[in-house]
Amino acid sequence: MTDPGTPLQPRRTGLSRSRKRQISRGAQYAVFAAVVIALAVTADWGRLKNQFFQWDLVKQMFPDVITLALKNTVLYTTFGFVVGLVLGIVLALMRLSSVGPYRWVAGLYIEIFRGLPALLIFIFVGVAVPLAFPGTEIPGGTYGKVAIALGTVGAAYMAETFRAGIQAVPKGQMEAARSLGFSHARAMVSIVVPQAFRIIVPPLTNELVTLFKDSSLVLFLGVTLEERELSKYGRDLASETANSTPILVAGLCYLLVTIPLGFLARRLEDKRKGADK
Amino acid sequence: MSTPEIRVQDLHKSFGDNQVLKGIDLEIGQGEVVCVIGPSGSGKSTLLRCVNLLEEPTAGRVFVGGTEITDPDVDIDAVRRRIGMVFQQFNLFPHLSVTGNLTLPQRRVLGRSKDDAARIAAENLSRVGLAEKADAFPASLSGGQQQRVAIARALAMGPDVMLFDEPTSALDPELVGDVLAVMRMLADEGMTMMVVTHEMSFAREVADRVVFMDGGVIVEEGAPAQVIGRPAHARTRHFLSRLLDPAMADVEEETADTEDTRE
Repeated sequence: MTDPGTPLQPRRTGLSRSRKRQISRGAQYAVFAAVVIALAVTADWGRLKNQFFQWDLVKQMFPDVITLALKNTVLYTTFGFVVGLVLGIVLALMRLSSVGPYRWVAGLYIEIFRGLPALLIFIFVGVAVPLAFPGTEIPGGTYGKVAIALGTVGAAYMAETFRAGIQAVPKGQMEAARSLGFSHARAMVSIVVPQAFRIIVPPLTNELVTLFKDSSLVLFLGVTLEERELSKYGRDLASETANSTPILVAGLCYLLVTIPLGFLARRLEDKRKGADK
Repeated sequence: MSTPEIRVQDLHKSFGDNQVLKGIDLEIGQGEVVCVIGPSGSGKSTLLRCVNLLEEPTAGRVFVGGTEITDPDVDIDAVRRRIGMVFQQFNLFPHLSVTGNLTLPQRRVLGRSKDDAARIAAENLSRVGLAEKADAFPASLSGGQQQRVAIARALAMGPDVMLFDEPTSALDPELVGDVLAVMRMLADEGMTMMVVTHEMSFAREVADRVVFMDGGVIVEEGAPAQVIGRPAHARTRHFLSRLLDPAMADVEEETADTEDTRE
């Protein structure tokens, strides 16, 4: 605060607003460039290249890294996502139910499974379920276990997404449908859920990306050679060859899927915002 | 006149402690157009929404076309098919085209074939003067056009009665006329209509009867020339003078009575 008696006098720099902006922007670029150059100069590129980029090893990984490892990652994710989606819708409808116990059970489930690391759930499914139900095999072997573990985690997040989506549809939509003679259930299916879906596709795509990455936790279930997905495959090969190149390649394979998915999610989000106008 | 199309008997409705309707009796004959007017919070929209059970009455009975809709065993979805409703906020389905808005309810609710539904949709769109907007989406239409589509959507179900809940209150003033013209056409065709509105000129010219509500009761009702032209009650005169010349109104003390009837 200045002295109340004197009017606030700006210090004259003689620079236009846009010129000032340019100078400030230029300073930011300079700092960023300095950091990048410092890192580039100090890093030992030769050793990094040796450890992470052996072209022979890269070539050796194909086509298995795609036909086996990436395929399995995609399969695990898909199964987990489908289980999570179905369970998530059920939980969301329970959360919105007028029946108290339904709401409490769904709320408890969501709080618990959103609060636990996915890793613990994988271990739990791998160890506790066979102990609790001896003699029963989870259908689908490892695929079934992963579907349950990923689905359990995913459902908790997706349930909240669904709930928000359904609640985001204006009340007037249900009223209009009811006044036309739709039953409550039919109005839900024909009018409310289709609109909720358009709202939740972007967050749901992000959820798919998360599950895609979490599928790497299958590592902790113990898998056969044919069931290995990207992370396990990359790690095995890395310890076999005492070189980290396979890890880098596996990482690139994840990005091959997650970056387009993220792009798609943003596109859908923009499209929705456009449609709302 | 035969049995009234709409009959409301001693209707009460409370939201928690808030008594919104305090005993309403009303009959609307076949082909009659009744406008319900009154200050905001007077319960007129709630009354309208009780007639198709969007609000569950606390006490009292409502008959539509001779069926008691307040009977717990009545198939409310079947009754609502015969009652069209038009909302202040239009409530078109934004994910469907104009034609989709008209055909989906016909097909899902009435089980009409695709061709029949499309034909009836086209007929009703041209009735409201929007045949060329058949493939447009609601978001690309003006408020007046959306409201006319909403009217067409209700008409496509072939209702015996139409309820209008402040159909022009959300519209820009220059768009009100198109919607009122469609409603006047319906009135001329002999549709039974119950209209909650602030459009006094419409009430005066089109309504067979005007009902003035305040504080959850019907204060007076009668021919438009009487209720709007020569109101018998002070409350009606007070309301009309504020409505017709809002700039001349005085600042008033809020009384407890107006407070607790607010929605």
